[in-house]
Amino acid sequence: MNLIPLIPALPLFSAILLIVSAGRLPRNLVAILGAGSVGLSALCVASVAIGFLANEQIIQITLWTWMAVDNFTPGIAFYIDGLTIVMMSVITGVGFLIHLYSLEFMNEDESYSRYFAYMNLFVAAMLILVMADNLLLLYLGWEGVGVCSYLLVGFWYQDSDNGKAARKAFVVTRVGDTAMALGLFLLFTELGTLHIQSMMEAANAQWSVGDTLPLVATALLLGGAVGKSAQLPLHTWLPDAMAGPTPVSALIHAATMVTAGVYLIARTHELFLLAPATLEAVAWVGLFTLLLAAFTALAQNDIKRILAYSTISQIGYMFLALGVGAFSASVFHLMTHAFFKALLFLAAGAVIHCLHHEHNIFRMGGLRTRIPVVFWSFMIGSAALAALPFTSGFYSKDAILLSAWQQPGIGPWLWAGGLLGALLTAIYSFRLVFIVFFGEANTEPDKQPGWKMSIPLVILCAASVVGGWFVLPLSDVFPQADHSGVNHTVEYVSIATPVLGLLLAYLLFLGRQLDITAITESNLGKAVQKFCFNGWQIDGLYHNLLVRPFKGLAHWWRNEPIDYIYNAIIALSQWSHRGLSALQTGELRWYATTMVFGLVLLTVVMLRNAS
Amino acid sequence: MGGLTVPLEHVLVLAALLFSFGLLGLMLRRNIIFMLMSLEVMLNAAALAFVAAGANWAQPDGQIVFLIILSVAAAEVAVGLGLVLQIQRRFKTLDMDTANRLRG
Amino acid sequence: MMEVLFYIASLVALSATALALTRSNATHALIYLILSLLAVAVVFFLLGAPFAAALEVLIYAGAIMVLFVFVIMMLNLGEAGDARERQWLTPRNWLVPGFMATLLFIELMLALSHTPDIVSGVAVEPKAVGLALFGPYVLAVEIASMLLLAGLVGAYHLGRRFIVRESEDD
Repeated sequence: MNLIPLIPALPLFSAILLIVSAGRLPRNLVAILGAGSVGLSALCVASVAIGFLANEQIIQITLWTWMAVDNFTPGIAFYIDGLTIVMMSVITGVGFLIHLYSLEFMNEDESYSRYFAYMNLFVAAMLILVMADNLLLLYLGWEGVGVCSYLLVGFWYQDSDNGKAARKAFVVTRVGDTAMALGLFLLFTELGTLHIQSMMEAANAQWSVGDTLPLVATALLLGGAVGKSAQLPLHTWLPDAMAGPTPVSALIHAATMVTAGVYLIARTHELFLLAPATLEAVAWVGLFTLLLAAFTALAQNDIKRILAYSTISQIGYMFLALGVGAFSASVFHLMTHAFFKALLFLAAGAVIHCLHHEHNIFRMGGLRTRIPVVFWSFMIGSAALAALPFTSGFYSKDAILLSAWQQPGIGPWLWAGGLLGALLTAIYSFRLVFIVFFGEANTEPDKQPGWKMSIPLVILCAASVVGGWFVLPLSDVFPQADHSGVNHTVEYVSIATPVLGLLLAYLLFLGRQLDITAITESNLGKAVQKFCFNGWQIDGLYHNLLVRPFKGLAHWWRNEPIDYIYNAIIALSQWSHRGLSALQTGELRWYATTMVFGLVLLTVVMLRNAS
Repeated sequence: MGGLTVPLEHVLVLAALLFSFGLLGLMLRRNIIFMLMSLEVMLNAAALAFVAAGANWAQPDGQIVFLIILSVAAAEVAVGLGLVLQIQRRFKTLDMDTANRLRG
Repeated sequence: MMEVLFYIASLVALSATALALTRSNATHALIYLILSLLAVAVVFFLLGAPFAAALEVLIYAGAIMVLFVFVIMMLNLGEAGDARERQWLTPRNWLVPGFMATLLFIELMLALSHTPDIVSGVAVEPKAVGLALFGPYVLAVEIASMLLLAGLVGAYHLGRRFIVRESEDD
């Protein structure tokens, strides 16, 4: 029996069931459906993955033809190769753990069933996204996850701020999605197909490296990827998206959906290889994003926003890797990031859960001994995030930095930027750990995380540590990177940097041997802090540049200037109506006179014609 | 019979003058009876023009059109005077300026 | 001789018409109108259309004018009506109608300025008229008869007294 169609179908079926039942099912059944469907799906993925690893055979399945218009016949069809296996494993594996965790986290919520309906729908859409064999089906999943993201960010819609954040997430990603849709149109008109594999072949046959068309097409696809993956300049929605429940942030805004852009570029990397300029742009976008987000994360005090900016920063690394052609390293980092960032988010969720929905890190502190499971999870997660040696993040980030170094020309710059980012990452992640878990206790936890929360944390801890030793079956998908011949000094520096960051963080925030109060309290220091806190004022920039003019325009349109035209027409017809009706005096003599007038005129015309 | 040698133009001038008089009366008078009389004058003037033209070419057609005009005038007067009676009953006046219920 | 007769008849027709249209007493006006019609009948006769002249006297000056007389008598306008008519005929009221009528007359004159023909005055016998009427123009006779029938029905309908309803809004 073929298990592959079941993988997206199970969560989809569960989601439909939960939506249709509209919250009338008992909680236990909802829990079994919601988490169980994803769990079963994960088992299917495991079985498929084992089969795949055994013979390394690419699997293609066409369920049915979606539509047939002339020679355009996109199918509901799946394409399973190494990349898909990795993505599916991450989605269903991490997804299942997060669902398990949610059972406890959302236990007291009234909309329990709605939550799981959305989550299952999301998992289904994300699976369709990664399994699709054509870009149209991929786009369906792409928009599906966008909708689910919108629904889940605005999950607690009773608070209008959450609704606002959801709208922002939706609208900003829509900008990217529009670019992507245009890219798809362009690709279809030029290459005549949206089937990914045949499209790559056609592209390689029709275009040569450096042509304009692949440049435009990839730039448009990059627009979509940038929007979905919260990269510069469309990254502003992600920090606000933290308004959703924390497991949602873990699943959608850390582990899976935001990496869809990375997946898209990796999936169509042959196109991007035809457009070196776009690829370089990808690298620079990644670099700038990772630096900007890292600086911003340093200045935040909301535990989830720090993690959100760190997510942006880490995806920046993935883009950097894509940009330098290290696709394997990028996907590798995607996977390890999914582990440790999901871990961090879940741990943060546990902290928030245990501290009456407290988000401000300065009102936490001293939690090390009070909720030890969470503390160790956070430690391991931060270590992996900071890429301390022998954690999973270390292997993946190291691979990225080495690939960046090897890039001809701009390599050292990218490498140096990445290294600076790594230093900052270490500082902000351990700043978080030291402030939240060490020092004096400001708030007492009122409960301990139960087994449904702890087990996912433990499993993800393990994955974050050993994730770096996984060998991904990507050798057939991507061109292989060769790191031999790299100066060992470079490697040592990359290894040393996070440790240096950890040390700095310790000196600054825990031991307080380094006192920078004088700097931070100065006017310049405060200004810089504020600048970083607000995410380099990009939100404000967009607000002034786009939102306010648009609102002004909308306000203007609300008075309906078009109506002036119609009102003028009405006034004109009323005026002429009054004029014409004034002619109808009802007096016979007047009619006679006007008739004579007409007669006189007609006679004049006749005379003119006669003469 | 015969021997009349006035220019056709003079006869037609007479018709035109009569027609203009009728028109003048139609626009001038407010009493509907006078308006009807003016109409008669105008019809008669038109008939005169036809008869003159018929005489000019010694054809009977002019007189035939005169006959048609005659029957039109008769029918018109019959209906018109019926209307006069109705107006008098309804408005208690023959002043057409006060009977202006068609005003828009 | 004939020419002189023509111009006299024209003069009578014009002056009688002018007087008819300016009288304030309807009966007087009607008498002048009959006079005008008779003068036109003379002109018809001079133009060589004795049949038309006879019909003009019989039907126009006779039958149609009698209708007017009946109606005027039925309405019984009286002295008050005359006074009102006089009041309406102020010079100011003459202005626009006079201007328009003059304008039209001038135009008609312009239109007539290219007719050099002389009326022959050769008589067209009633026989010829009758032959033409019931020959090529038989359709016109039919139309005229239908028109007269319609006039008959219309006059009968409008002349009925109970057409005025008490429930009318005025």
